Amino acid sequence: MRAPDDSARYATIHKDRGSFMVPPNLADYEAARATFTWEAARKGLSGLPRGRGLNIAHEAVDRHACSARANRVALRWLGKNGEHRDYSYRELALATNRFANALRSLGVNSGDNIFVLLGRVPELYVAILGALKMKCVASPLFSAFGPEPVVTRMDIGDARVLVTTEALYRRKVEGVRDRLPGLEHVILIDAAEAEGAHSWHGLTQAASDVFEIAPTDPQEPALLHFTSGTTGRPKGVIHVHEAVVTHYATGLYALDLHDDDRFWCTADPGWVTGTSYGVIAPLTHGVTNIVVEAEFDAPTWYGLLAQERVTVWYTAPTAIRMMMKLGVDVVKNYDLAALRFAASVGEPLNAEAVVWGVEAFGLPFHDNWWQTETGGIMIANFASMDIKPGSMGRPLPGVEAAIVKRGVDHEFEIIKASGEEGELALRSGWPSMMRGYLHEEARYQKCFVDGWYLTGDLARCDADGYYWFVGRADDVIKSSGHLIGPFEVESALMEHPAVSEAAVIGKPDPIAGEIVKAFVALKLGFVADEAMRKALLGHARKRLGAAVAPKDIEFRSNLPKTRSGKIMRRLLKARELGLPEGDLSTLESDER
Amino acid sequence: MTDAEIRALILELIGEIAPEADLASARDQDDLREAFDLDSMDFANFVVALHDRLGVNIPEVHYNRLFTLERAIDYLRDAVAQ
Repeated sequence: MRAPDDSARYATIHKDRGSFMVPPNLADYEAARATFTWEAARKGLSGLPRGRGLNIAHEAVDRHACSARANRVALRWLGKNGEHRDYSYRELALATNRFANALRSLGVNSGDNIFVLLGRVPELYVAILGALKMKCVASPLFSAFGPEPVVTRMDIGDARVLVTTEALYRRKVEGVRDRLPGLEHVILIDAAEAEGAHSWHGLTQAASDVFEIAPTDPQEPALLHFTSGTTGRPKGVIHVHEAVVTHYATGLYALDLHDDDRFWCTADPGWVTGTSYGVIAPLTHGVTNIVVEAEFDAPTWYGLLAQERVTVWYTAPTAIRMMMKLGVDVVKNYDLAALRFAASVGEPLNAEAVVWGVEAFGLPFHDNWWQTETGGIMIANFASMDIKPGSMGRPLPGVEAAIVKRGVDHEFEIIKASGEEGELALRSGWPSMMRGYLHEEARYQKCFVDGWYLTGDLARCDADGYYWFVGRADDVIKSSGHLIGPFEVESALMEHPAVSEAAVIGKPDPIAGEIVKAFVALKLGFVADEAMRKALLGHARKRLGAAVAPKDIEFRSNLPKTRSGKIMRRLLKARELGLPEGDLSTLESDER
Repeated sequence: MTDAEIRALILELIGEIAPEADLASARDQDDLREAFDLDSMDFANFVVALHDRLGVNIPEVHYNRLFTLERAIDYLRDAVAQ
């Protein structure tokens, strides 16, 4: 599918160099690109004292806790019932020390995988950062996942410890715990010590608030995030402590973070954006990181932007498009004078939404592009750079991008001509590049050719060096900014006793980008009626959770298949969208 | 419409969107989105369904007045009466 080309419909947004509230960190894109090195970028960080390496938690917390920033608010948590809690950098250092010691008291070792299944509560942040201090690998899971995505990821990720709430544990883990033999410790943040579970409160109260981070090789694994491909199980993407160099440098250039900023990233840490930019990047800059527990609601968000005097805001297209539905007038009821920079990620931001930012907030949204595998922002619209609405912008200093064409057998060619479509590729070597898919070396190796990482995203690059998203090279679904693998959804549907075949596609949606739509064929003797549709919907939602389950289920007697029996999702999608059906030479058994 | 009728309608429509939901467990102060695992897309569909059944216009800016059963009943009672 080709994204509509908005370049002709929307004029370039020019930046008036004289009108910036504060001078952008990246004053001159070309000059910065010419001189940037990752070695120099690392000098913005401290490193562990006495040359003992590089640890994300030290850069995010400890180095500020023993500086003039010690009493600055690091984390301002706003609960869904209007309550708030502040952690200064010093307090965050002590809390994360306690949790690191608590892990140690359980006999947890460095390298062990710590899963965190929590809403956006302070313990989530303390658990991630405390685990990093212990040199454990932190893996935050989206708390809206159903039991199946949770157990699949914890199984792939060799979870040894899980931090969660009593309710989430009962609803999502208890029933499947027998599938997690390696899960040794469950820590409940809101329960007393009990059979089979530890109490967060009990453990951390008993623990010392003094902790020294052991020497940390920058190449040691730190974070495990899951993403989805077209086929197979979710992929556990491994990031190392060195990734913090990218988090810091992109916070500086792509988010334009300044020392006195009040920053709000609306993403949940269960997705990579919410960890790289909702936890790590702002803290490495020593700014105040605003954490909002409540789910999206436009008037509530405007109220929080005003009340917290947010200066830099990083949000997502689905939320922006929902705000657009309320109109500009609603925004005008709030004093958003503090807001200086707004950015967006998750899926391409349509040009109309970029421009709407100017009308509503007096600021365009700065779209940027990256993936779970890249660990940090790779291509961005910068504060100082003119915006072509609808474009993802230009590569970060230190990042080399290209449009390539894959040939057979690991061959590929770089497309030099501007405007031509191909696959977006990045020259490997930036610090937050993934270091592996856990237990899937072959799948990992397949992403790289001749020192280039092939992203699976189709794009083009115009004559001015701006990149434009075109579509995905595979069948992965992007819904509300979340990547959903069709296989995971199909597998859950196939578990229902009535289902003989299932195929899942992304159906374009004006708000969510795409929604998950399932086509299902039933076994003989089952009736494709409304009751069955609801039964399958309920079945899928119960296993997968609302964020992953289909929104729409349609019955077929037979799904289109190739000679080898592979269901042709692309054909289903083309028909659903009324697009040309393409090459049908492999079609053996057509849809009925 | 009585409050009981509105309550029943709300739960019926949630049951269409989230057939797995244990509607009997609904408590008046709970956030419906959390209690029944409704994401923003589900919630928007719920509001559309309310509009279709009751013929009332519910602007997006009022969505947050529908987040709990209690508040939704209040809101819809007034909206239907107008």
